[in-house]
Amino acid sequence: MDNQYTVSAGYKKWSTLFMAIGLITLILGFIFLNPFAGANGENLNSTRFWAVMMQNCMFWLFLVNIATFFIVISILAMSGWQTSFRRVTEALSSAVPIIGVITFVVMLCVIFGQRGDIYPWTDPGIVKNSKALQGKSGFLNPTFYIIASIICIGFWSLVSIKLRAFSKEADQMGTMDYATGKKWFNRNTIWASFYIIMFGLTVGSIIPWLWIMSMEPLWFSTMFSWYTFGSTFVSGIALITIFVIYFKNQGQLEFVTQEHLQDLGKYMFAFSIFWTYLWFEQFLLIWYGNLPEETIYFKIRLQGPYEGLFYLNIILNFVCPILIFMKKATKRNYTIVTFMCILILFGHWIDFYIMVMPGTVKFHPHLSWFEFGIPIGFLGLIMWRVGRFASTTPMTAMNDPFLKESVVHHT
Amino acid sequence: MRKKFIVGAFDDEKVLFPAVKNVRKAGYKIHDVYTPFPIHGLDHALGLRETSLHTMGFIYGITGTSIALGGMSWIFTTDWPLNIGGKPHFPLPAFIPITFELTVLLSAVGMVWTFCWLCKMMPGVKKHHFNLRSTDDLMVMVIECTSKTNETEVQSFLHNNGAFDINVQEAEDGWWFGRYDREQKLYKTEEVGY
Repeated sequence: MDNQYTVSAGYKKWSTLFMAIGLITLILGFIFLNPFAGANGENLNSTRFWAVMMQNCMFWLFLVNIATFFIVISILAMSGWQTSFRRVTEALSSAVPIIGVITFVVMLCVIFGQRGDIYPWTDPGIVKNSKALQGKSGFLNPTFYIIASIICIGFWSLVSIKLRAFSKEADQMGTMDYATGKKWFNRNTIWASFYIIMFGLTVGSIIPWLWIMSMEPLWFSTMFSWYTFGSTFVSGIALITIFVIYFKNQGQLEFVTQEHLQDLGKYMFAFSIFWTYLWFEQFLLIWYGNLPEETIYFKIRLQGPYEGLFYLNIILNFVCPILIFMKKATKRNYTIVTFMCILILFGHWIDFYIMVMPGTVKFHPHLSWFEFGIPIGFLGLIMWRVGRFASTTPMTAMNDPFLKESVVHHT
Repeated sequence: MRKKFIVGAFDDEKVLFPAVKNVRKAGYKIHDVYTPFPIHGLDHALGLRETSLHTMGFIYGITGTSIALGGMSWIFTTDWPLNIGGKPHFPLPAFIPITFELTVLLSAVGMVWTFCWLCKMMPGVKKHHFNLRSTDDLMVMVIECTSKTNETEVQSFLHNNGAFDINVQEAEDGWWFGRYDREQKLYKTEEVGY
């Protein structure tokens, strides 16, 4: 490639710095937080270490997986407008395998360490005394957990690799005629269809129950998976938008205009409301029903140490997006959109924090060096993968059959 | 107010857009362009200002929110407090669905009426149709004449830019009460002989 984009030195420096911060935090965590001290929850630092690891692994894995999901829904809906920044979503999806492996390793440690403080159902002592957990043991058991995790992480990685390979293949094919383009697109559609079914079965239903909700196994909400999906989807779009704006600033993505930015803004606006809808629906039914085994979930969040974060969550993820993104002018303003992306990312990170922490570290939440160091490390990891992808692949998919639609796109 | 208009029809967007640009550049005042379907970017080409519809939508929505929240909280705390299932008298979560519904209702209905007002469309209100095929398959550009306009010059200008069916019409530019079927022949009727 003659005009292949080379990652700027500043970007490399920052991504390395972020990864270094993450790694140092992890090492310091191993030294100071005694991760292998005890699994019964008596050693708070040990619980805190694994809870933070689980929260961040799952949050960032879901986030980069949303990039694949975005490609897939674009293929299935034949939406052409996103083709001009398609490579950015592909770049983000290239982080799925590596973050998937990290997540899986953390999960294995938690499961085989029989950490009853994170997943009470892994501890035989707790299960023995709980009739409810014995009843749920068909679903909540280590074998099922590990097999389901392997299948879903593996499948997410496989499809993201496959779709990226198709896209790169199109670069070599030259301008496609109708028949070739149709054949190429059909292959994309088949893989995307597999993925969407699998996505419905994983993120759409069992995976958030299995990974996150089972930290408080006595509480249940069927809506939880969709609520998690809403949270990850809006923050995934925010992550995509940040990178689109970054590469646009770097002089790449020549066909991306304010029209595309406005549509990404619309996505964030709409799915912020979608998230609020599901979040509130879950809350309202439990509040109205007033059953002790259900309200226990909100008792600690609303009237415990998480009260401030609980309201901050609503302000960051509902009030700010709905008021700021309502106007067309703000959705077309690069600065405001960047600011909102960071706000939404942080907001949904907080959302995941109050999903995970009350069930694990309970009344002793920390929000200090370890909690912030680990997500910075993941961010560096994603930046590194995106940088690698961007420096080996042209940033505009020139031979995509839908490119023209994206160029003339007008909201 | 009755005004004089010069009307030209186009059958292709690719001809229409340069024509709009040239007409504006030549300094003629475009009254409006009537199209059978929405054309992306035509509003920019015509240099129309942003619509005020969404601002009105926001105002209607806020009105709905305040009516719902204010009304319910006044009724349940001051006017007629009831004990419903031991819930507090100001149960905010229970008010949210109704607040949402009223917000949506007021903004939706209000925006529909505002849209009709802005487009001067109401039941029983009549507007002049410059070319009936603008509701079918033609894009119709209407240029407003002033006292100084040279009509033949404008017509040949339109012709050179790819328009056809060019004519001069004198018409009311606003709206008035009336019915289309009484005042205008909408389709051709042919006597069928046996």
